Amino acid sequence: MSTTPLQRDRATTIFQKGAPGRRAFVCPAPEVPEVDPETLLPAGFRRAQEPRLPELSEPEIVRHYVGLSKRNFDLDSGFYPLGSCTMKHNPRLHERTAALPGHARLHPLQDPERAQGALELMWNLQGALAEISGLPNVSLQPSAGSHGELAGVLLTRAYHEDRGETRHKVLTPDTAHGTNPATVTMAGLDVIKVATNQDGGVDVEDLRAKADGDVACLMLTNPNTLGLFDPNIAEIAEIVHAVGATLYYDGANLNAVMGLSRPGDMGFDIVHFNLHKSFTQPHGGGGPGSGPIAVSERVAPFLPVPVVVRLKDGAFDLDHERPKSIGRLRGFHGNYGCFVRAYAYICSLGADGLRDASETAVLNANYLLARLKQRGVAEYLPLAYGELCMHEFVLSGGPMKQALQIKTLDLAKRLLDFGFHPPTVYFPLLVEEALMVEPTETETKETLDSFAEAIAAILSEAAEDPEIARGAPYTTPVRRLDEVAAAKRPVIRQAL
Amino acid sequence: MSRYTAITPADLDAMLAVIGVGSVQEIFDRQIPQAVRLGRELDLPHGLGEQDVYEHLRALAERNTSTEDELSFLGAGMYDHYVPALIDMLTERSEFLTPYTPYQPEISQGGLQVMFEYQTAISELTGLPVSNASAYEGPSALAAAGYLAKLHNGGGRFVASAGLHPHALQTLRTNAHGYGMDVVEVGLTGGITDPEEWAAAIDGDTSAAFFAQPNFYGAVEDAAALSAAAKGAAGDGAKPPVVVAQVDPISLGVLRSPGECGVDVAVGEGQPLGNRLDFGGPSFGLFAAREEYLRRMPGRIAGETVDVDGRRGFVLTLQTREQHIRREKATSNICTAQALNALAGVVYLAWLGRRGFVELGELLLARTHYARETLALLTGVEPLHDRPVIREFAVRLDVDVAAVKRRCASEGVNPGVDLHALSGREADRGGLLVAITERRTRADIDRLAAVLALAMAAERDSAATEAVTV
Ligand SMILES: Cc1ncc(COP(=O)(O)O)c(C=O)c1O
Repeated sequence: MSTTPLQRDRATTIFQKGAPGRRAFVCPAPEVPEVDPETLLPAGFRRAQEPRLPELSEPEIVRHYVGLSKRNFDLDSGFYPLGSCTMKHNPRLHERTAALPGHARLHPLQDPERAQGALELMWNLQGALAEISGLPNVSLQPSAGSHGELAGVLLTRAYHEDRGETRHKVLTPDTAHGTNPATVTMAGLDVIKVATNQDGGVDVEDLRAKADGDVACLMLTNPNTLGLFDPNIAEIAEIVHAVGATLYYDGANLNAVMGLSRPGDMGFDIVHFNLHKSFTQPHGGGGPGSGPIAVSERVAPFLPVPVVVRLKDGAFDLDHERPKSIGRLRGFHGNYGCFVRAYAYICSLGADGLRDASETAVLNANYLLARLKQRGVAEYLPLAYGELCMHEFVLSGGPMKQALQIKTLDLAKRLLDFGFHPPTVYFPLLVEEALMVEPTETETKETLDSFAEAIAAILSEAAEDPEIARGAPYTTPVRRLDEVAAAKRPVIRQAL
Repeated sequence: MSRYTAITPADLDAMLAVIGVGSVQEIFDRQIPQAVRLGRELDLPHGLGEQDVYEHLRALAERNTSTEDELSFLGAGMYDHYVPALIDMLTERSEFLTPYTPYQPEISQGGLQVMFEYQTAISELTGLPVSNASAYEGPSALAAAGYLAKLHNGGGRFVASAGLHPHALQTLRTNAHGYGMDVVEVGLTGGITDPEEWAAAIDGDTSAAFFAQPNFYGAVEDAAALSAAAKGAAGDGAKPPVVVAQVDPISLGVLRSPGECGVDVAVGEGQPLGNRLDFGGPSFGLFAAREEYLRRMPGRIAGETVDVDGRRGFVLTLQTREQHIRREKATSNICTAQALNALAGVVYLAWLGRRGFVELGELLLARTHYARETLALLTGVEPLHDRPVIREFAVRLDVDVAAVKRRCASEGVNPGVDLHALSGREADRGGLLVAITERRTRADIDRLAAVLALAMAAERDSAATEAVTV
């Protein structure tokens, strides 16, 4: 059934391959006069046994890793409706531009006068992100979404400290992504949960009750992780601002609103972007990402250093002299290679293209949702909240589990046999047996149709025989893996 | 429709009918209050065709002076090593480039096995039994080690050597302020961490003690002595500090491993391992530790297991450490890390191989030594310290570094990093940090010496002329 069956050979690691004496690398000759090794590095500092790295020729290495690649499913091979992750097409142009030597081989400590192209690119990207978010001050430094969150909460802390206040609490809705509460703790603050109302939005009364002078910040995703835009956002912002707290926007779901609605105009003070979601940085199987932040004027003095600035003569520079800055979050200037790709994307789409991308993402999601509201599906997988959705939607597998005796996990595993990457499962936590679907704008109607048909087919198959889904997958390089055993007695490296 | 979307007018009509709305606008109108609608087009330029975007980005690239355009001795954390062609080929493969984090292990065995192999390689390099699947990059990995230490032993302060990379120190301070830790900095003597000041600074309330090997100034530290002193300094009954070493992975072919030196956690910038410079990122951070820290590690970890048919396979494991399960009690907030860069890292190590990795280390030792000796012969150049160096060394010039760098630049040579500009330390004024890779031949080093000598002489002359005219 699967379109391209993935390789099913037995797994052998690179450390189990090769033979002593084989090599791919030929070391250049030193060319310099020979010096007593003891002078170069006294024996006391020298390594007694070298690392037991593998020994292989280049063709063996290539075969090994190409072989491994064939045991991966990927976005270029098929539909990947992984909710919250925005798996939109990654244009190849971006790889080509990022690989240009002027970008790829530029040392981060090159003198700014001789890195003007890079600084201009960063400046332009900052400007575009400021316009898209409606927040004028941007730092590109954070390395991913959760790193942007950390920046944001530290900025909030610094903002309050600067006013002579120590606030301890950060509010997050119970629908929040796990990185939100984890970040709050890392920034030394306490998480206070805010309830979700029956429409899937923030419970405004609960928020009002919890918003007091000890609240530093409310972290929100809007549209939230249920794929719903909070209609009370203006009131929420008012409540938060009335107690002097900041409002943080988790930009993981920005793909729903580009050119349509801006966090800054909603009342947010700080937003992070996920360039590896909304702006096409390929996800690389778990990174790299990039998580720039944009902030309002009152938070701007605390931005991480350095900041890209434009001088009077039009030249670009890095400004390290920012006395109120929270400092650095990492080395150098951020994941520049990701900036090149995101910038190329923004140049390609322009204002109208970005808006069109969000409109199409929302259209595609609603179409797929409507297809899944059909008989034979909706009884088992109802929409958890609302009627329409933004760029993604969350179904509940609760009724399916009851009626068909298969869990969301089983459905997901069976989808693998149909050649699809499953949606995000079991998140957000407040939806029973959650299935979170985000098709993105780059999919065709035909793909959405075939996915809806696959879901329907799996459900009717389960009505006949639930064991099929419960035993799935069957066509993948390995079948269901024993995760409990893996965690109980962890083997996390090859024994040598 | 842009070139990346595919909904035709006919598709649109059919889709709206199925949804049961009259227009896309209606979908938005029914969900987003008018008050927060933008109501205008973004103030951004019009979209461009592929070819025009390419030309624009190429024009920007041409305004940068890359390591292809000049003879560069820049280092200080990122280095111009040769990246073998097979890394480009593998990292550009769709199957590695375009998947998400492997949440569905049955169709992600390639990526998961790469993580497992990477962990094995990092564990071998560092001599420490557990490695995660990657951290963001060097300095933030160091800060993450601080958080591990805080969770592990709860002391109220960190002790950090001034030999750490300034960005690592600054990142540690930013993070430590968040999780409520003081950072006490220990100075250098003769190019390395002052052993007495180090031992004196560490007390029973010290959660972690950090140093760099080799340090920011290129000097090889006595890592074993620093580790032992840190453990001994905590005092009787107190929990010893977690000893954290920031290491340069390339040095580990020749240097005693952190594990052998008694280090608890080794972190470092992974860029030297097969990653391009990219103006500072993306690269990866390595993070390895002793067994006892396994359940406090940050980030993803791949583990071996079997499937229902008994076939060997890999999964993300020990996830109860992580944010998606443990939320506010997680050992880290990291989610997306640097998988593709770590892939480049492990492929690079396989490409170097067991012998090549050591040979490269020896090559760097020999050439760096030669470069230091050669530059030290120049008038007005003084080595900053006489400690052994691996791949980088610091000298002091008797003239203004920025001015000399400008003069060298006009000759197509970038002599290295201006230490003071990077560290901001008064003591670093006049300091130049010179990095050597296998791409810098003996002839290149000789050319550096010649160009630097001329630039310094010219600078001295012009300074003298200026003094006369004033
Ligand atoms: C809603 C939400 N917030 C935050 C994050 C964290 O982003 P990152 O993985 O880039 O750190 C994610 C990513 O999965 C997310 O979906």
